[in-house]
Parts: sequence; C-alpha cells; structure tokens
Amino acid sequence: MTTTIERGAAAGADYLDQRTGIGAAVKSFARKVFPDHWSFLLGEVALYSFVVLLISGVFLTLFFVPSMAEIHYEGPWAAMQGVEMSEAYASTLRLSFEVRGGLLMRQVHHWAALIFMASIVTHMMRVFFTGAFRKPRELNWLVGFVLMILGLAAGFSGYSLPDDVLSGNGLRITDGVVRAIPIIGSYLSYFIFGGEFPGQDLIPRLFTVHVLLVPALILALIVVHLLMVVIHKHTQYPGSGRTDQNVVGFPLFPVYVAKAGGFFFIVFGVIALMAATMQINPVWNYGPFDPSIVSAGAQPDWYMLFLEGSLRLMPGAGTEWVIGGYTLSLNVLIPAVVIPGILFSLLALYPFVEAFVTRDTGEHHVLDRPRNRPFRTAFGVAVLTAFFVLLVAGANDLIAAHFYMSLNDLTRIFRVLFFVAPVVAFILTKRICLSLQRKDRELVLHGHETGRIVRFAHGEYIEVHRPLDEHERWLRVAYEPEHPLEIAPPVDSRGVRRKGYRLDKVRQRMSQAFFEDRIEPVTPAELAAAHSHGAHDELEGGSHVASPRELEGSAPGGGRTIAEPADGSTPDARNR
Amino acid sequence: MTDHNSSTDLTPRGGGDGRLPARFTDPGHAPHKLRRADVDPDANKRAERQVVLLFGVSILGTIGFLVAYALVRPGETIGSMRLSNLLLGLGLFLGMFGIGAAAVHWAKTLMNDHEVSQERHTLISSPETRAAAVQDLKDGAADSSIGRRGVLKGAMVSALALAPLSIAVPLIGEVGEDWDISKFGRTIWAKGVRLAQDPSGRPIRAAEVTIGSAFHVIPDNLEEFEHPLDEKAKAIVLMVRMDPRDLKEAPGREGWSYEGIVAYSKVCTHVGCPVALYEQQTHHLLCPCHQSTFDLADGAKVVFGPANRPLPQLPISVDDEGYLVAQSDFLEPVGPSYWERLK
Repeated sequence: MTTTIERGAAAGADYLDQRTGIGAAVKSFARKVFPDHWSFLLGEVALYSFVVLLISGVFLTLFFVPSMAEIHYEGPWAAMQGVEMSEAYASTLRLSFEVRGGLLMRQVHHWAALIFMASIVTHMMRVFFTGAFRKPRELNWLVGFVLMILGLAAGFSGYSLPDDVLSGNGLRITDGVVRAIPIIGSYLSYFIFGGEFPGQDLIPRLFTVHVLLVPALILALIVVHLLMVVIHKHTQYPGSGRTDQNVVGFPLFPVYVAKAGGFFFIVFGVIALMAATMQINPVWNYGPFDPSIVSAGAQPDWYMLFLEGSLRLMPGAGTEWVIGGYTLSLNVLIPAVVIPGILFSLLALYPFVEAFVTRDTGEHHVLDRPRNRPFRTAFGVAVLTAFFVLLVAGANDLIAAHFYMSLNDLTRIFRVLFFVAPVVAFILTKRICLSLQRKDRELVLHGHETGRIVRFAHGEYIEVHRPLDEHERWLRVAYEPEHPLEIAPPVDSRGVRRKGYRLDKVRQRMSQAFFEDRIEPVTPAELAAAHSHGAHDELEGGSHVASPRELEGSAPGGGRTIAEPADGSTPDARNR
Repeated sequence: MTDHNSSTDLTPRGGGDGRLPARFTDPGHAPHKLRRADVDPDANKRAERQVVLLFGVSILGTIGFLVAYALVRPGETIGSMRLSNLLLGLGLFLGMFGIGAAAVHWAKTLMNDHEVSQERHTLISSPETRAAAVQDLKDGAADSSIGRRGVLKGAMVSALALAPLSIAVPLIGEVGEDWDISKFGRTIWAKGVRLAQDPSGRPIRAAEVTIGSAFHVIPDNLEEFEHPLDEKAKAIVLMVRMDPRDLKEAPGREGWSYEGIVAYSKVCTHVGCPVALYEQQTHHLLCPCHQSTFDLADGAKVVFGPANRPLPQLPISVDDEGYLVAQSDFLEPVGPSYWERLK
C-alpha cells in the first residue's frame, strides 16, 4: 500500500530520472561507504565554516559600502559624531549599531573566518601526519594547499575592508613589504593601490577580490577537492579488517546525511555562540583609518601572526644592500617572502619528496599511525614548531607587557629559538615516536599489566600480564617499516659508469636520513618466543585464586622476563 | 627495553622454520558491539525522546531569536548593542545547534550502526582503454590535419597568444594611475611650510615646545590638496625638543634643528608604520608594529629592530612670527625602502 507522499515522490523521481538519468547517480552515491573517525571532521569543519562565511557574507554585502569617499558620520554612535571617515567605515558602524542582527552577522563572519583557517590547518596536519597525501592523493594535497593559501588571501582582504585604524596599518605594512620586492616592487605597489598608499581605489578593489575572485576560486577548488575524495574513496585508519582494497564504514544515506548534515548545524551553532558571547574586531573603538595613528599591542588575525613575527625577528642592521644604485631590502624580503616561501614550499612538496625517497608506487588507502613514520612525524612537527615560534614572536610585545619582560631580550630569544626549536622538536619527536613503537612492541609481546601479583611456591613474585586480543595486536603489528634503499654500484660489471647513479646516491642518502632509525613490528615468532620465556604457564592455573575464565590466555611477563626485541629494532649505522 | 642487539638482520628470528609465518595476518572485522538502544526497548524509547527534545530546543531557539529581533534594538549605546547581539546570537545558536545535536544523536543511537565494507577499485584505466583513448586523440589530430599545416598552426597559436592583450593592456595601463613612482620620493613639505599639530592643523610656535615634549606634526597646508590622506601618509612628522647638550648632530646637519627642537619623518623606514611611541628619558622612538627603535638624540639612528636606516630628518627653522617652518622637503625619500630609492 503506498501513501500519497510516496506516490508523489515516485512521480517526481520518475520525472527527474527521465530527463537527467539521476537514478544511476543515486544508486552509486546513496549507500557509498565512508569510514568514521573524529579527525575526519576537521575538513568538514572547514567546509561548513565556509558555508557559514558565504551565508553571513551575503548578508554583509547588502549593507556594506565599499567606498573610500570621505563623509562625516551622523549615526547613533556618539563617540564618532561628525568625525570624517570613509563610507566603508561608516557603513561598518551602521551594520553594528543600526542593522538588527548586523553585528551578529559581522561577528559570525569574523569568527567563522578564524575557524575556517584553523580547521584548514588542523585538517592539513591530520592529512600530513597520517600519510593521507600518499599516492593516489598527491594532487588533492596540492589542491588543499592552494585552498589554504586562498583562505589566507580571503581572510586578509576581508580584514582590511572596514577601513579602520588597525586594518589600515595592516595594509601599510603590506605596502612596505610589496615595495621591498626587487625590480617590480614599486610598480606592484602602484598596481595594488592604484597609485600611492592609501589612494582612493583600494577598498573597492579589495571588495571585488574578497567577495568575487577569491570565493569563486575557493568554491571551484572545494568542488575539485571533494570530487577527488569521492573518486579516491576516503582513507581509513588501520585496524582489523581494513585494507588498501576495501573501505569500511557507514553508508552515506542515512548515517552520514544525519551525522555530517547535523554537524553543519553544530558548527553553525557554535560559531553563533561565539559571535553572541565573544566580541571580535570592535571597529567602533578603533576609529577610522588615519595614516598617522597607530595603536600599541595591535595584532593581526592569528593566521597572519607568523608573518608579523617573522618581520619582527629579523635584525635590521646591515641587511639593506645597495647594488649598482638599486636598493635591496633583505630585512623585509627575508622574513616576509623568503622564510614563508621556504616553509610553505616544504609543506606543498613533501609528498613528492617522500615518494622520491621511498620509490613507492603503490596506492595507499590505510592511514599510517604517526609513530610508525618517525621521520615524517618529526619533520612535520619541526616545520610546525618554526611556524609556532614566528607566531608567538608576533605577540612579543603583549608577552613583554603581560609578564614584565624586556621586549628586546624576548626578541633575541625568539631569534635563537627560530633556529634551535625546530631541531630540538625534530629530535624529540623522533625519539618519542620510536619509544611509542617500542611500547607497542612491549605490549604485543607481554600484554597488558593486570596489577595481579602472583607468588610462586619457591618465593618468586611475578605480575600476571593479559595478552592482547588479536584485534588489539593487529593494530600494533600491521605496518611495514620502510628501509633505507640499496642502490646499484656506480659502475657495472664491465667497469662502465652507470647513468643515474648520482640521483640514486642522493636518493639513498635521503633514504638513510628518513629510515635509518626504525622499529620493526613484532613477528609471530617473536611473540611465541616471548611467551615461552615464562615457562610458568602450567604453574599459573594452580598458583592463585582468580577464576579460570579470567586466566585463560594469561601469560606471565613483566619485570623478570621482558624479552629483548629480537631484531631490527636497533638503530645501527654500522651494519647497513 | 634496551637495544644492545646490534644485528640488523631483518629476517625474523624463528620465522624460517616453517611453523610460524613472517608476519601476523589480519584477523578480520572486530565483532559488532550492540548499543543499549539496540537491546533495551526503554533505552531506545528514551533516545527517541531525547532526539525530539533536541529538535524542540531548536524550535524554541528560533522563536527566541524572532522575539529578540522584534523587541530589542541595537540602540545607541554599547550596552544595548551588546544585549541585542547576545540575545540574537543565543537564539541562532540554539536554533542551529539543536538541529545538529538532534541529527547526530539520532544517527548515533537509533540508526543502524553495522559497519559495511565496500571494495575499492584501482583508478588506473585498463591498457585497452588507454590504447583506445590514445587512438581517439590520434584520429582526431589526423582529422584536423593540424600536423601537416604548419602555417595554420602558427597563425592559430599567434592569434590565441595575442588575444588576451586586449584585456591585459588596458588593465595594466589603467590600474596603476600614472605609474609615476618618483612620487615616493617627494612630500608636500617645502620651504616655509609651517609645522602644524596633528590632527587640529594649528601651527606651532617654537616657544610653546617645552623641553621633553613631543608633537605629532602635519604640514599646515595639508587641506589644500585634493587627497589629504595620501599626502598625510608621507608627510607625518614627529617633533621633539630636548636639551641641546643631549643632541648629537651629524656634520652638515647643524642648522637643521632649532634650539634642541628636531623633526623626523614618522613613517618607519622598515615597512612604513607610524613610529609613534616616544620615550622622553632615552630619546628613543619605538615603532609599535615591529619594534624598530630609533635614537632621536643621535640622528634617529636604529638602535634595535628590523629597520636598517635612520628616519629622514626634516630641516626646520622659525619664521618672522615665531612659528616653526620647514627649510625644505626631506632630502631623501621617506618610508620603507624600494628598488629605485636612490635613483
């Protein structure tokens, strides 16, 4: 028996299918399986905060006036009565004071932008540390990387629109950085500002960039990004039953329609809560842009802070060179162009570097546990540490003020830290990864500690260890560590020099750096050997009072009988 | 665990005896765990009620938003504006979050949670498909006969390469105003232009500048220009008076100050922020953006931070009526460095 609704739906579906063939798409998508893990939500947060940005942004464009024409303010905000300001700034005040819900939408928009960038960065970290960028997803990593750069551009162009003192000084710094670019810098500055800073054109131009160019590019690349996810099918975390040939999870309809669809509303709700309770960018306090005013303790949005810190750390003395009468400002170029360029290039190109080193051509759909790739994890943490030092240095004046420290000393400390901290972070992270792998080995070989102490007849005490079940164990042994590459000798058997030897030599050197230190997973033989160490198995049943069911499979281990890793776990350069 | 074992023999010990495999094998999917709502009809009912309640929270939130919209205006004070924002925002939060929480709770407690496994297929096309695709392209190229018609190919490439110029040339030509970058090197300061207070524009007499004081200065003819903000951005000056004995003046600049009053460009030589924080005791001037520090007693030399050059000095004197005036424009470009700065 069919209801009216079902009949209507069937008729509608029939109409559509005859004209679009949508049935085939529904058939292949509706029950498509996606794996489940909280870290997969990070990319979703980015997507949903972008949707929130579009919704709140459209609202704002209806009231914002992108014009630098000077007017005298005559609105309700008493502190600005009669003050000369641009129409852009005046309309931002109007949005805050006169449009009901306008301030809410402004704050929703700004918070959503901060969360958009934060979720992109953490999503990239997830992809990086789990090796999700490996074949076949290298291109999608690049698409994601470009999306992050576009996110920076969107944030920066939007932040500058209200034409207040803070954003105006941000633009002035931009002008200074652009001018430092050799040969074309001065003309580039004219290109951006339509003449000299601040000019009359910048706000309308930034508006077009912010509401049309950048969002259109982001939207197009998001489509590509998601299409590639569908084509590749989502990666999955390692675990029993999960292989490179399958995808284990829940069907799109209904589970992810409800979970992911619902999650959009959760993200929107949380951003709304932040906008309701946490004030952001109160431009009515800053005042309209005036090129002679600057406020101490001013900070850009967090995703630009690393640039600010980088500019602050660079020592100025002796770093401006005059070559043939032309001025080269290394004190601006190095921190604002070269260092971010290096850090971002490292990020963008890492998948290709790793593929070059491993010579790996297989498809990977099961993610790595970060500990099982110590070099990659340590490298990622080192790059992040460099970013983080720059980011904190961008707030050195606030740190100095809050903690009564010398600003100059802080700057000098950060200068040293920028070089030292990534190295320390690399070494520490690598050691932590290796230790976690050893911990995994120990768990697999000796099982969980149970806290049950047993005394044997001859007076010996041991703690009973409970072996891992096969699923727990599989998680810890199911990885293949990479080994340093062996390469063919430089000359063949007849003494003729081999083509491509140099490249191979580079590859081998890098491979050694990547994979020299490694821990092999436990093999069945090692596990068997570890169990036979005990030799108390038959004693155990009678020697203590726990119920027989609990004892089943229990193996003694612990203090006395920890087995050595049989092989391969020893970082050793001597025998390669 | 120690690692004194220095062997790097990678074959697992005991792995070759035929009894044990070299690696563990995948035990297959872990057994499915039932949720409370799967086994307990009461828990199932309870979960359903919770989902309904969460949707109800959303409905109430939206109604609350509409009520706040109708009753609370942003008003003229910070307080009323914040109240309006808080109430609207909380309504929006509940309206959205309720739907999301309800949907997720529904999915987690009531929807089928049996994991499903689907096969993946390699992305690479089959050799036959590839060969067919290559053949298609070859056929198409042969049909167009492009390979045999070199002149045609050249003409097409030239036309396509030139066509974008009709967009690019006017864009690049017009977008940078007059492209006269020599303007970077000039300001509206000139001989006889009075130093005026920023922002009032009131000219300053030398007599009212006491020792230890600092003035934010603009040229008093600023409002005569078409775009005062553009001119102001280059012309801002910081003027201080110190004990003439503290002042070290570089050779050739002895006549640029007036009885301990010195005037320097306020545009940082690093990236152009206004250098606005003056410390009277040390005569140091600090840029709050990137903390370049200049010593005004010693020719505004850089004593700390990322700037490389001293701030340009504005030569000043006093006119007949006792007002401070500029002797000329700055003798070097103000603000951040650029490629053609010394040209």
